[in-house]
Amino acid sequence: MRRRFFAYPYILWMLALILLPMAVIIFYAFTTGEAGGNRFTLSYIIKIFDMLNIRILLRSVWLSLLATAVCLVVAYPVAYILSRIPSRKTPFLYVLFVVPMWMNFLLRTYAWMILLDMNGLVNRFLVMLGFGRVQLMYNMSAVVFGMIYNFLPFMILPIYTMLLKIPAELVEAAQDLGADDGRVFWRVVFPLSLPGVVSGVTMVFIPGITTFAISRLLGGSQFMLFGDLIENQFILLQDWHFGSALSLMMMVLVFVCMAVSSGFDKETKGGALI
Amino acid sequence: MKKSICVVLTLLFVLPAFAACGTSSNPSGDSPDKMKLYVLNWGDYIDEDVLAEFISGHPEIEMHYDTTTSNEEMLIQVQNESSIYDLCVPSDYMISKMVKMDLLQPLDFSQIPNFENIDPAFLGKEFDPENRYSVPYLWGTVGIVYNKTMVSEPVDSWEILWDPDYSKQIIMYDSIRDSMAVALKKLGYSMNSTDPDQIAQAEAELIRQKPLVLAYLVDDIRERMISGSAAFGVMYAGDAITCIEENPDLEYVIPKEGSNVWFDNAVLLKRSQNAEAAHIFINYLCDAEVARRNSEYIGYSTPNKAAMEMMDDWNEDPIFNPPKEVVDRCEAYVDLGDAISLYNDAWLRIKGQ
Amino acid sequence: MNLVKKAFLTFILVFLYAPIFVLIVYSFNESRSMAHWTGFSLQWYRALLQDTTIMSALLVTVSVAVVASLVSTVIGTFAAIGINVMTKKVRIAVEFITNIPVVNPDIVTGISLMLLFIFFRITLSYTTLLVSHITFCIPYVILSVMPKLSQMRDQTYEAALDLGATPLYAVYKVVLPEIKPGIMTGAILAFTLSLDDFVVSLFTRQGVQTLSTLIYSMARRGINPKINALSAMMFVAVLGLLLIVNLRTDRNS
Repeated sequence: MRRRFFAYPYILWMLALILLPMAVIIFYAFTTGEAGGNRFTLSYIIKIFDMLNIRILLRSVWLSLLATAVCLVVAYPVAYILSRIPSRKTPFLYVLFVVPMWMNFLLRTYAWMILLDMNGLVNRFLVMLGFGRVQLMYNMSAVVFGMIYNFLPFMILPIYTMLLKIPAELVEAAQDLGADDGRVFWRVVFPLSLPGVVSGVTMVFIPGITTFAISRLLGGSQFMLFGDLIENQFILLQDWHFGSALSLMMMVLVFVCMAVSSGFDKETKGGALI
Repeated sequence: MKKSICVVLTLLFVLPAFAACGTSSNPSGDSPDKMKLYVLNWGDYIDEDVLAEFISGHPEIEMHYDTTTSNEEMLIQVQNESSIYDLCVPSDYMISKMVKMDLLQPLDFSQIPNFENIDPAFLGKEFDPENRYSVPYLWGTVGIVYNKTMVSEPVDSWEILWDPDYSKQIIMYDSIRDSMAVALKKLGYSMNSTDPDQIAQAEAELIRQKPLVLAYLVDDIRERMISGSAAFGVMYAGDAITCIEENPDLEYVIPKEGSNVWFDNAVLLKRSQNAEAAHIFINYLCDAEVARRNSEYIGYSTPNKAAMEMMDDWNEDPIFNPPKEVVDRCEAYVDLGDAISLYNDAWLRIKGQ
Repeated sequence: MNLVKKAFLTFILVFLYAPIFVLIVYSFNESRSMAHWTGFSLQWYRALLQDTTIMSALLVTVSVAVVASLVSTVIGTFAAIGINVMTKKVRIAVEFITNIPVVNPDIVTGISLMLLFIFFRITLSYTTLLVSHITFCIPYVILSVMPKLSQMRDQTYEAALDLGATPLYAVYKVVLPEIKPGIMTGAILAFTLSLDDFVVSLFTRQGVQTLSTLIYSMARRGINPKINALSAMMFVAVLGLLLIVNLRTDRNS
């Protein structure tokens, strides 16, 4: 038996449950359900470019970019330090960064709300230090904070994996040739870890745009994000056609991002995810 | 031969998944002789002990108890053709919508002897004038909860939620109808208005108010009011009772312009496979003792007269049991039909700002 | 590791775990509200064990995570072995489609599956939930197995066949041991993603609750402290498991 046959069960699964659903979304996005029968229409696609929706999209992109930037700045050193720890301890430490994800994400966000409340621990601490109480929730920073909290592990893991893959000999060679630590890092380590960075950025940036519970909980629903917009169409307004059109637009955006990032990580696509 | 192996392998993986899709299975396994009952209620909207006693007291019924977040979501879950639910507990305007959509079937009141416990004042409402489809479960009003230590002036009008002195001290209710109702009432209109001009005015009011609003919340209004994060919050009466218990600085007011009174009733869905079990459960909910326990656990008012008679100390609370003239000031939501899209569009523009 | 690095890592870990500790602390709170601490109590733990709704949601969540991660690991591993030897064109196409659920926003994945099921009049149920979870888990398994496969030398499998092994036996004896670490990461990742999923579950189930959808539906009335008690117990269980695994690997090495 040829080995490629082993992939056939998956390929069937993939066609039925990945490709077909995409086709259904496209179908809904381009048809109207009004007045019986499904007729072709571009009205939903045109409606996407309404000022209001564009504004929501730009806001989502901006907040998500902020969160991605902070995640990157925080996650890179974490991944770097972790990758330098003697190998016996790393699995344990590595898992320590994964375990919070096993606790329900809504619950963790609720718990942050207790901490950030006017009477919460953070504010009590501020009062103890002699500052006044501050409203920490229900502003844009709180939404960005929530994204950072929820997506940080997704930035740490791919960078860490990529850093582990860098052969020690390369670093030693650079050192032998007289490069100082800074030079070794910027000229050897960092460029080699770029695919991990790209994976991490994608894994934080895209969920950031489409998250819908975070802005509701920590932002007090004041800053509608693109995910909220899509969810509203399906749950609240029941406009599946427009909801599908918005999802389709999101997919197109994602594929553009993918095309751009695949320029960076030809070799390790996905491998750096894990 | 090799090819056949891989075909078998493929089928082995994929077929069971699809075959099982058609039938609704559950992890506990199906027992054919039991009546299956699928109930869709609001989250945390029943005393768990009451539910557990029903399950243990009715071994002939296999209970599947599911919960949801909003009337709109409830509608989605029960309206699609493959819906499995027998019974749900929508609010007033959603009941009329479900009746119009032909999703409900009339109840057989001979199977609900406990129905006589229900106070007739809660029957024959606009959403079910002949009382054929629904049995009242809980009800309440909507008003303003405010913190006495943060507000010095008297609170008796929705106007105060537009007072710039309380900028970022106001929490609004995050739902289309409830927020629009506040603005419409403030302007002196009906909260069921279908006049595009009135709705546009209400939208403008809410957009004007947005910079003053700290947040649009649902459940967390309670926690935030208890902790003193805000001076005002729009809230359901039953939740206000819980809040005031935790923080005595809080006070509940139904503004003079009037407000919303709502009713959550149990209804039987047309697609129900097990009307008999559904009737047994509805009858159980109408039991005086069960209704009292549910009402005390949730804190919302009960339409069950026999239960009310057992709840003396609760009855004295004007929030739990508001005087008739206050309730008369309030309006129930009605289904707006196609006009709801005016509300939806307005709401998206307010929230998307 | 010097002090600065240690302090930095500790700070990040505190940041990640702070809310979890808050949940645990408040699970012992007497009051129903999380705004006040009124006194120590075990009542929520007692109530939790009697709460059939939460317990069945827990059962659904864990069973879906276990079954979905197992099934997706099997299908995904075989798929990776097959994809690895495909012609370049087919391979690129398959890998592209495999990437879709990984990069697609959860909400799009969930909605597209829901639309698919409804389009074909398939009743949403426990099964559709499970199928959806398997669907978004498989790609992660494939992605973690593929790199290990490309590191492996192709001739070993051929050699096993030449020596008379059947294809399945050769895979079992020769290929699997080589790619085992990849399979393990894939399985753990699939388990984690399934356990943590909220959005896909929200759209693809009916009549059954997972923990996340249950918690979400409690929104109208506030999170019940019983849920805090549950998360505390789950956390302790996970941590215990971790420590045992860690101790064992310590002893092994």
